[in-house]
Amino acid sequence: MLADFRAWALDDLATSRRQAAWGRRYRIWLALKANPLAMIGLFIIVLCVLLAFLAPLLAPYDPAIQDLENRLARPSADHLLGTDELGRDILSRLLYGGRITLGIVVAVVVMVAPVGLAVGTIAGYFGGWVDKTLMRLTDVFLAFPRLILALAFVAALNPGVQSAILAIALTAWPPYARIARAETLTVRNSEFIEAVAMTGASPWRIILRHVAPLCVPSLVVRVTLDMASIIITAASLGFLGMGAQPPSPEWGAMIATAKRFILDQWWVALSPCIAILLVSLAFNFLGDGLRDVLDPKQD
Amino acid sequence: MTNPMIDVQDLRIAFGPKEVVKGVTLSVPAGESFGIVGESGSGKSTVLRALAGLNQHWTGEIRFEGAPVASKRPRAFFRKVQMVFQDPFGSLHPRQTIDRILSEFLSVNGLDDVDGRVNRALDAVALPQSVRFRFPHQLSGGQRQRVAIARALIAEPKVLLLDEPTSALDVSVQAEVLNLLGRLRKSHGLTYVMVSHNMSVVAHLCDRLGVMQHGEMVEQLSVTDLRARRATHPHTRELVELGQALASTA
Repeated sequence: MLADFRAWALDDLATSRRQAAWGRRYRIWLALKANPLAMIGLFIIVLCVLLAFLAPLLAPYDPAIQDLENRLARPSADHLLGTDELGRDILSRLLYGGRITLGIVVAVVVMVAPVGLAVGTIAGYFGGWVDKTLMRLTDVFLAFPRLILALAFVAALNPGVQSAILAIALTAWPPYARIARAETLTVRNSEFIEAVAMTGASPWRIILRHVAPLCVPSLVVRVTLDMASIIITAASLGFLGMGAQPPSPEWGAMIATAKRFILDQWWVALSPCIAILLVSLAFNFLGDGLRDVLDPKQD
Repeated sequence: MTNPMIDVQDLRIAFGPKEVVKGVTLSVPAGESFGIVGESGSGKSTVLRALAGLNQHWTGEIRFEGAPVASKRPRAFFRKVQMVFQDPFGSLHPRQTIDRILSEFLSVNGLDDVDGRVNRALDAVALPQSVRFRFPHQLSGGQRQRVAIARALIAEPKVLLLDEPTSALDVSVQAEVLNLLGRLRKSHGLTYVMVSHNMSVVAHLCDRLGVMQHGEMVEQLSVTDLRARRATHPHTRELVELGQALASTA
């Protein structure tokens, strides 16, 4: 079955649109598989997503249940990662917190990548005053330090996960617009785009079907590399009390509450730190691997 | 008298303050193949791009079949006029299969029988059906240029604009593509305007040619006259001698 698929996808004499498309995807997958760091990254990410998804089944305790008799307990057989200042099981909170943190990342990326792609390709393809207007707008957002703008935005709204997502999204799109514009500029005067123009296609069709697909690979790479910084921004907002609110077990917020006893009961802060570190690192590994595989400049 | 297929009067094109095409006038009857020869920077490709509607900043008058065209062309224009670009490596979308590249025109113009039209276009340029679902990087330079020609043919145009269609190819493949273009003109009743810096390529494919120098068309003559050495302008003779010198060293 797998061998069949392999032979079918790698067949140079593809006989259908579907086969050609799968052949391309399969070659990308093979190239990615040859990169051990990228595979480690992918493995960690898939594992984290699974753990977060299955948190209700895997967590030994309810993440909100307090046990004041047993606060700040060391890791033991009952509580594998110990308990926090209210006696809540840290492992359970970590698992449930993964849902919030990864959810924020996914929500931000889903909001931000299409906006950046659209702004960048439109600016790059049309040029002239459209380009100037859109790029000055992008510059305005780029000029603010990311965390500060996010903080100001959250402070203006209510602190919480939704505001954190909006705030991060608001500050995360400009680099994508820049990248998409740069990619668009390199292809917009190429002969294959002129050839498409000579079919009578509208500029919108050219952007959507011919220019944007060429910008997607570098955008995917950048998004993957950015996920680490989105996680850290989300955690920072949580840490500063502007993100997820207690008792919700967001990783940054967990570190924030644990900082008071970080020297005496270090294990309370340690596990969310490691979780953030691992996931950020994994996204970076995967992003690096994807860059090697997808970046069209390396063809 | 019927209108010529292409009629250009006093075409002028400037990039900023620099005028690169200084009043070109030419007329191509239906079914004829007209060559534009000149050195790099003589403005010959610029003229062709203005004809194709890719350069929209020109003055003067361009008429196809007697009807003047605006600088921005309507979609119907491209069913009549198509172009083959110089570089077969740059003129095919690197992420699209040959099938997608060829069928884009059909999809934009809402034409049916996509499979039949794509297969007929591949047949016309003597490409096997097996290339249909490959990507451009899996083809040779000559095959790519055939794909580019097939893409132009799929619009069933009356006019084919050729921008140095063979200069990026190996010499052996050049002859193949030129012969293909010659055959297609007869079988499809096409009118050609071809730009080239190579006098012998133009003489091979064209009936008449115009010589451009510094943005002006300094001479127009038939290929018969060219062969009989009846060129009058010194630049034309220069180009002919240069071509012969190159041919004898090769």
